[in-house]
Amino acid sequence: MPYLSGTPRNRLLVPWWGERAALALLGLLPAILYFWYGAHDALGPDPVNVFERWLGLWAVRFLLAGLLVTPLRALTGLNLIRYRRMLGLLAFCYVCLHVGVYVGLDQQGNIGVLVQDLTRRPFLMIGFAAFMLMVPLAITSTDGAMRRLGRRWGRLHRLVYGVALLVAVHFLMAFKTYNVTSVTYAGLLMAMVVWRCQAAWRRWRRRAA
Amino acid sequence: MADRSYPRPSSGEITPRSAWLSRRALLAGAAAGAATHLVSRAGAQTLSVRPGPFQAAERPTPLQDVTHYNNFYEFGLDKGDPAALSARFAARPWTLSVEGLVARPRVWDIDQLIAAMPLEERLYRMRCVEAWSMVIPWDGFPLASLLAQAEPLGSARYVAFESVVRPAQMPGQRNGLDSLAWPYVEGLRLDEAMHPLTLLAVGLYGEILPNQNGAPVRLVVPWKYGFKGIKSITRIRLVESRPPTTWNQMNAQEYGFFANVNPEVDHPRWSQASERIIGAGGFFGGGRKKTLMFNGYGEQVAGLYGGMDLRRNY
Repeated sequence: MPYLSGTPRNRLLVPWWGERAALALLGLLPAILYFWYGAHDALGPDPVNVFERWLGLWAVRFLLAGLLVTPLRALTGLNLIRYRRMLGLLAFCYVCLHVGVYVGLDQQGNIGVLVQDLTRRPFLMIGFAAFMLMVPLAITSTDGAMRRLGRRWGRLHRLVYGVALLVAVHFLMAFKTYNVTSVTYAGLLMAMVVWRCQAAWRRWRRRAA
Repeated sequence: MADRSYPRPSSGEITPRSAWLSRRALLAGAAAGAATHLVSRAGAQTLSVRPGPFQAAERPTPLQDVTHYNNFYEFGLDKGDPAALSARFAARPWTLSVEGLVARPRVWDIDQLIAAMPLEERLYRMRCVEAWSMVIPWDGFPLASLLAQAEPLGSARYVAFESVVRPAQMPGQRNGLDSLAWPYVEGLRLDEAMHPLTLLAVGLYGEILPNQNGAPVRLVVPWKYGFKGIKSITRIRLVESRPPTTWNQMNAQEYGFFANVNPEVDHPRWSQASERIIGAGGFFGGGRKKTLMFNGYGEQVAGLYGGMDLRRNY
């Protein structure tokens, strides 16, 4: 069974892989759409910058969506956990595209600039660290990896909270001033981390008592 | 001023006004849904201008991009906000006062000022601190002409500029969170202000300045990053000591007082070695070029900064 939750498969209208494929396609739509626009000079006067930021924003959105699954279940009883790994993979996918567009289209492969970025500019070092932390999570998102890692899988995937914090800071730094967009997304990301820390603290206290 | 050389472009290098006009017509016709744009520009007032010195060799950025990709935080953070949200801004009537350490302070009515000053066309490169650039045909007059009329006193060392505060007409001034401190203020050293390249623009592409570009009068200092070009100016004050400037107050590490375009001094968050060319067309327009020292105006202005450490005075 691919599901972590106990949703009976026979209640679904489409097979599980179909559902995931549909989510993946739907999730990639914003990237596909904007790529098409950009390739046809319909993204305005500064298309590369618009696309780069768009991809970053959607990475943040999918990361946040994945992190919302557990609190949502606790608060409303709505269980979306069977979509969580796909949300995480979509976030990773957007991060790869975001970095790819920055390196390929924006800096046009200028190695000198990229080396400086990763040695001198905290804004980009933080973003890159988040990207690197996501790699092991993406690699171990298969059913096989979950099975092989057992209990260690959950522990490894707590890295996502580190990713969330780094992404929140990178996102705040991506704007010249604090603004509604940046503060809202960064605030929500940090709230997810705080919520989880609190839950862990309560569990630990109960066990200690 | 004899020590400065003025590049005189041959008349063939200057884009004739008729060519701009036909380009603009082409652009308006080609862009689907540009009808509203045509209408809004139809009321624009044509200025009487003559070609000035310092013409850039580059192709001008299309009018549509010059007027729809703007940093003007008084109207909002998004580059499209100024064009979308500035229609209600009243750029007339308007007064501009020249005051402070001058023998003859004066409050100018903007239209009297425009009538009094011979207007020149100046095709300038514009380099934004965000690492993008345009080439804009401004219409205006040297700031030096205005300052000369006011007769600066010997004690004047800097020029302080102040923009307008009108939250009712400028939605960006109503939001606390994304706010800079208003009014937007800028400053130049007196010798920078008196330099013949430094322009007060009252129009672009031969027409009266659109609201989103800083109507009715804005500063253009082509060898400095764009944020030095304060828009919708209400007050010009000659002062003795270096005046505060908005972005420098916001984040002194990232934005200096001088803000001279310098490919060797990076912004803490990005490289300034090159720039994206606005309006180059799509992802694969190849729209990036190397940034030039003083935005390519080094021959004219490098002398202003002799012996200065430009890494420290960024």
